[in-house]
Amino acid sequence: MIFNFDLLFQAIIYGLIIGSIYALISSGLTFILGVLKIINLAHGEFLMLAMYFAYYLFAGFELDPFLSIFLITPLLFFFGAFIFYLFIKPILKSPVINQVLLTIGISIFLQNLALYLFTPDFRTLDLSYSQRTISMGKLPIGIPQFIAFTVSISITLSFYWFLKSTDLGRSIRAAAQNREAAILFGINVDRIYLISFSIGAACLGVAGPLLATFHYVTPTVGLDFLMTAFVVVILGGMGNFLGAFFGGLLIGLTESVGAIFIPGPGSLSPIVTFIFLIIILLFKPEGLFGRRLR
Amino acid sequence: MRTWIESKALLLVLGMLIFLILIPHLFTFSSYLLHILIMTFYFSYLSSCWNLLGGIAGQHSMGHSAFVGLGAYSSTFFLLKVGLNPWIGMLLGGMVAALAGLFIGYLSFRYRLRGLYFLLVTIAFAEILYILFSNIRSLGGASGLVVPLKEEGLINFQFSSKVTYYYIILAMLTFVILFTYLISRKRLGYYLIAIRENEEAARAVGIRVIDYKLLVTTISAFLSALGGTFYAQYTYFIDPSTALGIGLSVEILIYPIVGGVGTVFGPAIGAFTLYPLAEFIRGILGAKTTGAHLMVYGVILIVIMIFAPGGITGLFNDMFLVKDRRQK
Repeated sequence: MIFNFDLLFQAIIYGLIIGSIYALISSGLTFILGVLKIINLAHGEFLMLAMYFAYYLFAGFELDPFLSIFLITPLLFFFGAFIFYLFIKPILKSPVINQVLLTIGISIFLQNLALYLFTPDFRTLDLSYSQRTISMGKLPIGIPQFIAFTVSISITLSFYWFLKSTDLGRSIRAAAQNREAAILFGINVDRIYLISFSIGAACLGVAGPLLATFHYVTPTVGLDFLMTAFVVVILGGMGNFLGAFFGGLLIGLTESVGAIFIPGPGSLSPIVTFIFLIIILLFKPEGLFGRRLR
Repeated sequence: MRTWIESKALLLVLGMLIFLILIPHLFTFSSYLLHILIMTFYFSYLSSCWNLLGGIAGQHSMGHSAFVGLGAYSSTFFLLKVGLNPWIGMLLGGMVAALAGLFIGYLSFRYRLRGLYFLLVTIAFAEILYILFSNIRSLGGASGLVVPLKEEGLINFQFSSKVTYYYIILAMLTFVILFTYLISRKRLGYYLIAIRENEEAARAVGIRVIDYKLLVTTISAFLSALGGTFYAQYTYFIDPSTALGIGLSVEILIYPIVGGVGTVFGPAIGAFTLYPLAEFIRGILGAKTTGAHLMVYGVILIVIMIFAPGGITGLFNDMFLVKDRRQK
């Protein structure tokens, strides 16, 4: 096999782009997991809804997806708050498996609601600039992909800054670390949980429109991304925020670079990700990036 | 008092079993109704297998489709390639799944990883198999495998009448429920429950936690795989999404939780309530609107989890206990 460096560079760039989206999606998932100790299996469906919002805002009002982020992110935030109040709050003290089943119920409902409202058709956004590229050295990069990469990286990093350096961020980390101690220090933990779940959902309000600029939308689109997000979350250490960030980029890279080396149709390429996961589990089961969100 | 209740329960169960044995002779079922009964038993069986690991030992797997799929694919693959008898293929599939269970259990348990972590690892494992089997051409790829038609009869595990399949799956279900009952009243069951309730304490009193967790994972995987072969021989067709997909894993998990996790009859009660109900709703809504019946299904799950966290058996226990208190 003659090794093609152009191909490799292209794979690396594409891997980083999709990886940045993975990072954003997984950050939301790992954030909810770290603070509420709940794994939200409806996360993929939240993403799917965000993508549909972006699609219909563009199809109906010709609102550019990069602008509709400013509308969809608050929308998803309030949607998250709504779901939390109605469904998550009553079962916060239930056994883990009940919480899992509840989020499965939400996921089944939302997916089929989308099937009913939007039909199973694959939909793509037809942006005027979707085929245009900028060149980086010799390599062309699609403009939507480039913007998506920049936005998702900066959002994830500012999210990290928010957790590290603001009062609210510190309260959230305190509640994640030790619920009782946080209550003793006068932190309103119920409110923290509400905010955290909503922020986790709001991450998808950013990721959805970004993804919709170069990825099709269909009612079942969430599942693939949820699966990848699971891998990223395990990889980064469950509940570890920075872990999810680097894990996302890493999985994006593994997937797209791995696809070069795997012969035949591209459908086998996700296997690289999962084999990578098994190797990590064998040798560093607490995740690549140390311990939990503490 | 306790023995009185137990003997009464035993009578009830025996009566139920006799009724289920006689059912095909008492009424004439349409092929569709019989199919629903068989599928209900099939899911009761798989959920009961899950319950050994997820309910009694408290290790929630969300990748049981991997074991079912390995069973279905092993027997069908060797039947196609070398004409291996499906009954032997069933045992072979069971052993393959048991090895897989041992592998995945060892990966997770040796570092005392459990809870959500185990759940995620099992999902990932099942997903690996799903992607692999969808892409290997000699395993049929995404289009799946068709079980070749052989001469009808017990030896070939092929029957023209659904009633025979009904009896086979009824026998399998009876076996696994009996097995669960016996385990939960023996030393092994007490060990597993101790591990579920407090792993550190169990280790402290000298229970070899990892060994027992691995043992129950292996048993659960082995039995699940037998169900997979049954499914292949019953429907004559398997493909990655029905035999290995995450949808199957989720379905296996739903029934025990709705029925009552860790109880002997919980999984069967869950399946007997939800599966026919889902079919019924599909019958009413499915033809008119896509997705509507599953929306209702999702709502049912949400409502049960919020208002009856102990599942249906939990609900009955509550009612029973409340009544008891009033009498005193």
